[in-house]
Amino acid sequence: MENLVNIFVKSIFIDNMIFAYFLGMCSYLAVSKTVKTSTGLGIAVIFVLGFTVPINFLLEKFILKAGALTWINPTLADVDLSFLTFIMFIAVIASMVQLVEMVIEKFAPTLYTSLGIFLPLIAVNCAILGGSLFMQEREYANIAEATVFGLGSGVGWFLAIVGIAAIREKIQYSNVPAPLRGLGITFIITGLMGIAFMSFMGIKL
Amino acid sequence: MSTEKEPLLSPKNLKLLTEPLGKSNPITVQVLGICSALAVTVKLKPSIVLAISVMVVMAVSNVVISLLRKSIPPRIRIIVQLVVIATMVILVDQVLKAYAYDVSKQLSVFVGLIITNCIIMGRLEAFALANKPWASLLDGLGNAAGYAVILIIVAFFRELLGSGTLLDIQVIPQAFYNAGYVNNGMMILPPMALVVVGVIIWVQRSRRKDLIED
Repeated sequence: MENLVNIFVKSIFIDNMIFAYFLGMCSYLAVSKTVKTSTGLGIAVIFVLGFTVPINFLLEKFILKAGALTWINPTLADVDLSFLTFIMFIAVIASMVQLVEMVIEKFAPTLYTSLGIFLPLIAVNCAILGGSLFMQEREYANIAEATVFGLGSGVGWFLAIVGIAAIREKIQYSNVPAPLRGLGITFIITGLMGIAFMSFMGIKL
Repeated sequence: MSTEKEPLLSPKNLKLLTEPLGKSNPITVQVLGICSALAVTVKLKPSIVLAISVMVVMAVSNVVISLLRKSIPPRIRIIVQLVVIATMVILVDQVLKAYAYDVSKQLSVFVGLIITNCIIMGRLEAFALANKPWASLLDGLGNAAGYAVILIIVAFFRELLGSGTLLDIQVIPQAFYNAGYVNNGMMILPPMALVVVGVIIWVQRSRRKDLIED
């Protein structure tokens, strides 16, 4: 249990998807103009990450890893399908995103229209694929750890996008040098937020 | 030799190749493919390897999609695109693992993340689906080059100021260190990549006023 809490806190603050790895930056920069849409996209990302990471964990464990197919037949012990990882992961992600899109369209049509093109683009949000690939690289022991890691990464991404959206709403009233307006200042603020988040690295878990 | 009506490098085609380097740069103007651009730029070498990989993936998948453009049903085009990109990325990943294992270790998950590099998806959607293979090839190469330029500029400054080396060769002479020069440890930290890109955007936009946002 303690271990799970550690993974959760670590994936939100220390290994934050945006500030530590820059994953999912494209939609982060494009959608973060208002807090409202950012919140919607953030929740969608938490949801998608929370499902795809454990599903991909199972795929990895029972199909893709070297020798993972022994549960079907012991003679398959030397089959190594790990080169198929990317295609399998992206297929799972694309279908999950499709599902989320349908759910949002049904239950929150206003949010659906305000997110527009960025909802299907979650499929190519690197934070989602990155979550699964980090899960694979860090070799989490069981599905509970993988799920907690997925949810934590999603929450970290959510916090980052809502934070920057709030700052961007306020900064419209500031006197930023003209060439730096919009994109430039957003990059620099994200950099500063990243430096702030790095102070979490001192926490020993 | 060529039976094309248009010469292979006509002004129009040349524009496809050069425009993404500046005016419609994928990173600083179209805001695509930021993630990988920032994460691998601590050192010059992995950045160059990633830039070349992206170039290969992008050129080939642009051509493939352009060849298939008339037979892809619009409803499943995203899946088709992802499959083409993923296949190319798997090839690149396996080649890197075989011939440049240490760099592929440094790049870790970022080779896989080429799949979700929005530049590639974006160009497939916006260009390859509606254009001939040769034009798509040029467009792919041009955009990948625009991406590569930013990647290499950022990596150059981060490695030079952060570690005093370029391609792991010591550039800043020992005499400077003896005189009290210190490597800027900040540059190695991830957030500084964002600030460097921010500054690049600043410089670019103060030279090209038409790109300024209101």
